[in-house]
Amino acid sequence: MKIKGTQLFVKALVEEKVDTLFAYPGGMAIDLFDALYGEKDFRVVLPRHEQGLVHAADGYARATGKTGVCLVTSGPGATNLVTGIATANYDSVPLVCFTGQVPTNLIGNDAFQEVDIVGICRSICKYAVTVRRREDLGRIIKEAFYIARTGKPGPVLVDLPKDVQQAMGSDEYPKEVMIRGYKPSTGVHMGQLKKAAEMVANAKRPLFLVGGGVNISRGGEAMTKLAEELNIPVVTTIMGKGALPTDHPLYIGNMGMHGNVASNTAVSECDLLFSIGTRFNDRITGKISEFAKNAKIVHIDIDAASISRNIVVDVPIVADAREAIEKFREIAIKPKHTEEWVAHLQKLRSEKPIAIHTEGHMNPQDIIGAINEHFKEAIVTTDVGQNQMWTTQFLQLRGRSKLLTSGGLGTMGYGLPAAIGAKLGCPDMPVISISGDGGFQMNEQELATAVCEELPIVICILNNSYLGNVRQWQEMFFGGRYSCTCLKKRRSCAQWCSNPNASCPEYIPDFVKLAESYGIEGIRVTKREEIGAALERAKAHTDKPTLIEFIIDRELDILPMVPGGNALSEMVTEYKKESKRDGNEQ
Amino acid sequence: MGTSNKKRWVSLYVENDVGVLAKISGLFSGKSYNLSSLTVGETEDPTVSRMTISLYGDDKTFEQIKKQLNRSVEVIKVLDFTELPIHKKEILFVKLHSLKREEMEDVFRSASVFGISVADYDKGSVILESVKTETENDEVLRYYKKYYSSRLEAVRGGSVAVESLSRSDR
Repeated sequence: MKIKGTQLFVKALVEEKVDTLFAYPGGMAIDLFDALYGEKDFRVVLPRHEQGLVHAADGYARATGKTGVCLVTSGPGATNLVTGIATANYDSVPLVCFTGQVPTNLIGNDAFQEVDIVGICRSICKYAVTVRRREDLGRIIKEAFYIARTGKPGPVLVDLPKDVQQAMGSDEYPKEVMIRGYKPSTGVHMGQLKKAAEMVANAKRPLFLVGGGVNISRGGEAMTKLAEELNIPVVTTIMGKGALPTDHPLYIGNMGMHGNVASNTAVSECDLLFSIGTRFNDRITGKISEFAKNAKIVHIDIDAASISRNIVVDVPIVADAREAIEKFREIAIKPKHTEEWVAHLQKLRSEKPIAIHTEGHMNPQDIIGAINEHFKEAIVTTDVGQNQMWTTQFLQLRGRSKLLTSGGLGTMGYGLPAAIGAKLGCPDMPVISISGDGGFQMNEQELATAVCEELPIVICILNNSYLGNVRQWQEMFFGGRYSCTCLKKRRSCAQWCSNPNASCPEYIPDFVKLAESYGIEGIRVTKREEIGAALERAKAHTDKPTLIEFIIDRELDILPMVPGGNALSEMVTEYKKESKRDGNEQ
Repeated sequence: MGTSNKKRWVSLYVENDVGVLAKISGLFSGKSYNLSSLTVGETEDPTVSRMTISLYGDDKTFEQIKKQLNRSVEVIKVLDFTELPIHKKEILFVKLHSLKREEMEDVFRSASVFGISVADYDKGSVILESVKTETENDEVLRYYKKYYSSRLEAVRGGSVAVESLSRSDR
């Protein structure tokens, strides 16, 4: 039977078992939206901005493990996806993004809302392609889903010119895929695994370093068992957090720039670093020449290009994390006498915990601690900056709990839309977004989406009226010159002000009123004692979001910190604030 | 692992599609890899193109480049020719003009000594065509630049390479 391109598009989504489509209409996508009108097999969600849209699809994908699907129009609709596509690419999130395009005979004419989105996205996605002929449509969509979710997952962009959407053609959607240039690696090299097993058996201070690859492959349970069977301690990257329950005795903590003392010490002291699903980026390694310098390194990663790129490794293994862990469990030999090493790290962990001291004032540790108490399980999303670091430091992850955060690209404005996507994908799980007041304002328009989709998500804003992370760096490394980081600064303020005072405006914006304008409850929390009650009130709303604004001290720092380029052993654990030089030209 | 910075050769089989050249060249520029030449043309199979790429780099960077090329969906196969016996040739056109009679004689004589052909000829002007290795073409060009620098136009095609028979087929 002959059908329109748009009808084949809808059929393809049904065959791919898509249950949620994140979509924003426009001139070059209007035919597709017409085909979606009254669609019963999946839900079409309308976010309020394409960036929010793609982050929502990303949050949906990370929360469910399924592929997130986006549909937007050409030109600005497409370019608004760019940040979200790059975010997903960095963190290996499977997305298929469809963009409308001007008709093929107008491509290259600088037509209205024409943009070379495939060209723009080429370096930030796994694959990008324009469908130029109606007869290729089914095959290309099939390939797009296959490429997005296999191997190292990632975003794929499919550009759909209007004439291809409208053209009549075959109704067949292919069952099989054959791409000669794309063969995701399968299986595990047993010879290499055996080498690794021998090294583990002989190690005195072995350590597992677990990255995001373990979470992506749903390998957490196998990982936990492996660590238990071998009695080997585990540290994680931010993306690997939650692979082991955070209260597991063998879990030492997050390592890297803002990791805890015990974890970074563990990496510096271990004699075997067994790393799985991490690409050793600069926030993880600190100074490369000092990184795990007493250790032999085993590295398992699905992406051959991640191996021996930043860190030269002794035993490289290209494989899916979960598959490799499961195979390794069959042959691994427990090293003798790791008890002392484990006890040493556990002692460090409890003696040098991460803690914020604010003498009576409410601080982020109190807030995230309360979230841990009031939600046994939850999917938590963050923005980027201090809110993200505090969350990764203090959040506990147990059971089905997950942390969704933009680890690679570091995208502000990710938290709220990602929470929307997560809740749509996992309606039975509590979903909490944690943002700063800066990042929240980057995508706050998505409040409308959360309201219209009747999503009871808990939106937490840690408000210090600063772009706090940059402010911290300005304080520590730039002599307190707060260049463009105060979010209360007005034209009439003193030019060199680095000291908030009574003349500052109280709220910009008033988040409680903002919440009320969307018809939802906004709660302002200023004291420790109020946190629990606010979280409980939020829980009571079952068909709409709740916004909780936490007013925190303006100039808190994230510690410990390994300043960029320093070795992990050179952590700053305490920082004395100097007296302010308010009003002086520095 | 050595870090010697030397000339490398890669031959790529890629999909003969719109945007593939942009993808490959973009990979080099985006990751700051140093590309010295890139040629591309259709193969015996019209759906497949073959690229010959030469570049300077150390072992580590070169390994990474090969991996990055391999993970591109559009790339069907990556062949590292660096240490293999290969045949490689580059075409060079040298156009010379405003030549005096005795200069003309020198050009013809030198062309015959260098083993390059005269592709076109007019009174006072000549186009030379040299199909040689890149280094040999460097030498050819050096000679003409030395004596005719202000009256010379050079066009180089970049190298194409194919693995020699000695290894695989005999």
